[in-house]
Amino acid sequence: MSADSEQRTIRCLIAKVGLDGHDRGAHVISRAFRDAGFEVIYSGLHRAPDEIIQATVQEDVDVLGISILSGAHNTLVPKVMAGLEEYGALDDTLVIVGGIIPEEDRPGLLDEGVDAIFGPGTPMQETIDFVKENAPERK
Amino acid sequence: MGRAVESDLVERLLDGEHRALARVITKIESQSPGYRDIVSEIHAHTGHASVVGITGSPGAGKSTLVDKLAKHYRDQGETVGVIAVDPSSPYTGGAVLGDRIRMASNVGDMDVFFRSMSARGQLGGLSTATADAVKALDAFGKDRIIIETVGAGQNEVDVVKTADTVVVLVQPGSGDDVQMLKAGILEIGDVFVVNKADMEGASRTVAELQEMIHLRDDDPTKGLNMGHHGAGAMSETPGHGGQDGHGGHGGQDGHGGHGGHSGHSGHDSHGHGGSPHDEDTDAPDEGEAKPTWTPQVVETIATTGEGIETLAETLGDHYTYLSESGELEVKARQRAGEEIRQLLRSDVNRLLERELDRRGGIEQFARAVVDKETDPYAVTEDVLEPLRECLEDGDD
Repeated sequence: MSADSEQRTIRCLIAKVGLDGHDRGAHVISRAFRDAGFEVIYSGLHRAPDEIIQATVQEDVDVLGISILSGAHNTLVPKVMAGLEEYGALDDTLVIVGGIIPEEDRPGLLDEGVDAIFGPGTPMQETIDFVKENAPERK
Repeated sequence: MGRAVESDLVERLLDGEHRALARVITKIESQSPGYRDIVSEIHAHTGHASVVGITGSPGAGKSTLVDKLAKHYRDQGETVGVIAVDPSSPYTGGAVLGDRIRMASNVGDMDVFFRSMSARGQLGGLSTATADAVKALDAFGKDRIIIETVGAGQNEVDVVKTADTVVVLVQPGSGDDVQMLKAGILEIGDVFVVNKADMEGASRTVAELQEMIHLRDDDPTKGLNMGHHGAGAMSETPGHGGQDGHGGHGGQDGHGGHGGHSGHSGHDSHGHGGSPHDEDTDAPDEGEAKPTWTPQVVETIATTGEGIETLAETLGDHYTYLSESGELEVKARQRAGEEIRQLLRSDVNRLLERELDRRGGIEQFARAVVDKETDPYAVTEDVLEPLRECLEDGDD
């Protein structure tokens, strides 16, 4: 109740990148995040990496969640990461990837700067807890 | 975190760094420590952008219209900032901010800065946060700023009132929209847009709006009588719900009390475009004819972009009127006054909350009131006393 008590709300962008029309997972996670008290911006389907970068930078989200089920993650995710870097948004954005990511591709994505990958069957609470614990400080 | 961080952020914002602008708005939105210093610093750099507020019921097509309008401005070489305000859950504080999804025409164009904001349960503070975010966009150098919000209540009305020009978006053919007008939105609209103008009932909605605008304009007791007219129109509307061809007629007949006006305005409503100067004759006693503004009704189909150019022109006309009539400055002063009042209210509120805590919290006072040991007025008097003494001492 102090005068400058900050109204800390975690902001997330849930993004569907590329030619991938499967958005049930993105919807479910958007809703779970909302119910966890986060502010969720949903990108809509078929977004280009540029759009995701633009939205992440402008909305100053704490968390970028990329949902990919098309198998194009090795092409699309690095593009997004490079764009975030260009606008100085990489360091203070928690990037998580969800969807179908084969085990052998994961180290590569993590090397690109992705903070975590959540495959099918991950309990919702696990993702929410991860975000709550790792959402970067805003300075 | 010292002032250096804030100054550096402001400097980067003024240099045109997108990330800095985004971060400043975050700070404003979350009221982080130091955000007031930032707003103070950027204040001197504001005042160049024209600000349009767009409101309307959910699904009326606000986001789509904003997208097309932004595109129009971009095509003219102007930069655009958009602030889209969405409600948040009163229970969890969570929100899904969905306006961005419609910004399809400005994909990857960094010169359209689109920012979603949620209400975050800031009591009355939303308009302050929005106004401050607008300042940030203004100082950044945006030529046009658009504020978009659902016209759901007083909070949202306060938000759009931070704009120079207020656009109210109306959907054709539903009584609910007239409800919205009745709830006070009509009074704040400078331009009314009947979107989805290809839908059945659009022309009737246009006629109804023009009718209401005329009544508001012609009536010497305008403000006072609004409620009455609104109510009249309301009670009439359901009866004519399904009828289309003669619907417009029915709406006008609803205002029986103003028979003379009704027939007249129904007749010339299309010609009465309300160019900035056409009401001069209404004010013959003023030595110098001051331009006045009659709210305009514009038809658009946002999905195809039809009517967007007319809308942009009308918005331009209104801005010209504002600057020529001196109304722009008047509005700016009113807004500044309102901002000061709002800040005073919230700061005093916080001081008093702390005072309450210091005295052991509101709970015990509440209990004492319920137990009839005291009453709310006495408690208020008691808590306020030091403050009152302090302020009134200054007078002596």
